[in-house]
Amino acid sequence: MVTLNHYLILSAILFAIGTAGVFLRRNLITILLSIEIMLNAVNLTFVAFGRALGSADGQIIVFFVMTVAAAEAAVGLAIVISLFRHRESLNPDSFASLKW
Amino acid sequence: MLLLIPLLPFVGFLLNASFGKRVSKAAAGAVACGAMVGSFLVSLVSAWQLVGLPEESRAIANEAFNWITSGDFTAAFTLRLDPLSSVMILVITGIGSLIHIYSTAYMHEESDSEYARYFSYLNLFAAFMLVLVLGSNFLVMFVGWEGVGLCSYLLIGFWYQKKSASDAGKKAFIVNRIGDFGFVLGVLLLFVRFGTVDFQEVARAASSLSPETTFGTVSWITLLLFIGATGKSAQIPLYIWLPDAMEGPTPVSALIHAATMVTAGVYMIGRNAVLFGHAPETLAIVAVIGAATALMAGTIGLVQNDIKRVLAYSTVSQLGYMFLAMGVGAYAAGIFHLYTHAFFKALLFLGSGAVIHALAGEQDLRKMGGLKKDLPITYWTFLIGALAIAGVPGFAGFFSKDEILFRTYANGHTILWAVGLLTSLLTAAYMFRLVFMAFHGPSRSASASQAGDAHSAHSEHHAHHLHDAPPAMAFALIVLAIGSALTGYAGLTTLLGGRDRFTHYLEPSFGAAPVEEVAQHGLEGTLMLVSIAAAVAGIGIAAYFFLKNRRAADALAERFSGLRTLLLNKYYVDEIYDATIVQPIRIVSEDGLWKVVDVKLIDAAVNGVGQTVAGSSERVRRLQTGSVRAYAASVFFGAVAILGYYLWR
Repeated sequence: MVTLNHYLILSAILFAIGTAGVFLRRNLITILLSIEIMLNAVNLTFVAFGRALGSADGQIIVFFVMTVAAAEAAVGLAIVISLFRHRESLNPDSFASLKW
Repeated sequence: MLLLIPLLPFVGFLLNASFGKRVSKAAAGAVACGAMVGSFLVSLVSAWQLVGLPEESRAIANEAFNWITSGDFTAAFTLRLDPLSSVMILVITGIGSLIHIYSTAYMHEESDSEYARYFSYLNLFAAFMLVLVLGSNFLVMFVGWEGVGLCSYLLIGFWYQKKSASDAGKKAFIVNRIGDFGFVLGVLLLFVRFGTVDFQEVARAASSLSPETTFGTVSWITLLLFIGATGKSAQIPLYIWLPDAMEGPTPVSALIHAATMVTAGVYMIGRNAVLFGHAPETLAIVAVIGAATALMAGTIGLVQNDIKRVLAYSTVSQLGYMFLAMGVGAYAAGIFHLYTHAFFKALLFLGSGAVIHALAGEQDLRKMGGLKKDLPITYWTFLIGALAIAGVPGFAGFFSKDEILFRTYANGHTILWAVGLLTSLLTAAYMFRLVFMAFHGPSRSASASQAGDAHSAHSEHHAHHLHDAPPAMAFALIVLAIGSALTGYAGLTTLLGGRDRFTHYLEPSFGAAPVEEVAQHGLEGTLMLVSIAAAVAGIGIAAYFFLKNRRAADALAERFSGLRTLLLNKYYVDEIYDATIVQPIRIVSEDGLWKVVDVKLIDAAVNGVGQTVAGSSERVRRLQTGSVRAYAASVFFGAVAILGYYLWR
């Protein structure tokens, strides 16, 4: 029997993987993908809670998150392309000129 | 109706201040003179209405608007015309009109914009002065009081490019501030004591008190108000600004520093006669200061060589007379002298202006002489003014000055009377010294010219331009001369066949102030003869030394050279003030307040705060690494910390 706890644990694992990806990977596209994993981990939590509580709210919020995620992907990728044209690099550490 | 009186000059000020630059001199002058003459006509009509009222209720009040309402305190902007203020407005608008007309010719050499600026200031002054005398409470009066101070400053410093003129303006303004500080304190104390600032209510409240035998609250109030009066009316110890104020254009000296503004202090005491009457201690101070000022300024006037400065010290001296009258309780006599003095002193100033105008700016008496034949109108009108101020029987000054001296003696102040009499002799002497030096004898500007070629070219220029007063100036001089000769008859005493009309007319304004009918005609007659003798002696002395035997004057000056130097340097009062007040303040301000308190405490504190912030920011800004992952990490650990706090709380 798959209970709510299983879903939540899976979601936590996915979120941790996404977070680790954001911090550890040195490729902007991979970082964007990691963010996408984090968002989906959250989505999973919403859906799981929605089902467990017998409410449609969780699913509705997920639709919003998906919309935002799609928009974010579009804008984010556009920025990545622009950055790449500028610096010939996808390493986030090479874009550190905005400091003191 | 009453509102129109100050409003007309104010509109004149607005017009000339806004559009004066763009119109011709004729238009600017016409606006200014029109406003003043209009105001004079309205004043005449108002005074006529006032006289038509029955004697007990002789007052017209006109509330313009409710100015201040705070709790149970209200102060309305009310103008009130009573016998005292009617005399004042007629003097201000009448003599003001003449001086405006005179100015159209006197200031004609200024550029268009300067000309308009001059007339706008002059109109503004008239408006404020009228508010001062028409205001029915201390607050409205104070508006006028400060306003005339401002205009005085602006007009003394009218030729502001000249350093001495702008310095004189500042001096007048600052010295007046000291007096005004006392005045404000007096009004505040008065409000605390009586709960009102309305003249009539104060008088009503005060009349129910018994006169203070010791120095109490009412004495303090009146003393503080009198300090304000010493500033505005140039009395000891604050008289020092008036002689310097002669840096302004001469018509300004005539209007502001002789006929109107400087008499504001006298008016203020007359307006609060009941209040002052209940503080005999203050009145004694007023009388002594008045007499001392009269004598001191008279002696200084005796040796000054600048034609306008002689007149300035003469004004200070005559104002001293007025305060003497106020101090001995002869309010009507003081106002009477104010009124006659306005005529003859304005005349003398305008006459000296005509001389200065004719000599292209020369003010030194030693370089004048023999002007009698070249400037007949100026000479004859000036002579009438001099006769009036000297107190020669038949002219205005005689009646008013004699009234003051008589009242002083009759009220038992014999010493003050003697001082007044001595001053009267001095007045005649310095006035006729001026007349003889300027108008009689050889023309010294010509004799001086032989000394050097450069000078001779200059004085030929003078001689070429030596013309008598142009029509506008001559008109003002002649009208004022007639006034100086005749106005005294308004207050003819019973002894001389008159009915003391002036005194009786003013009586309601002084409330319960006792003006007892002194029926000592014998005494009055004797005193009159004594003061005539003093006047004649003064003129005689001047005639002997400056007309007949100039050598004797020089010999006398040599013999008393110490005294002469003392007088020439005005008793070193300016120097004493500079050493005892100005320099200590400057040193404390500069070396103490500026270089220690300001620089080392206040500036240091402000700069210290700034440096602390800058220093810590220098360190904290290292946190901004520019690395996206560092930012993300801080967001992440922050979120974890907050969540952790809520989970394990």
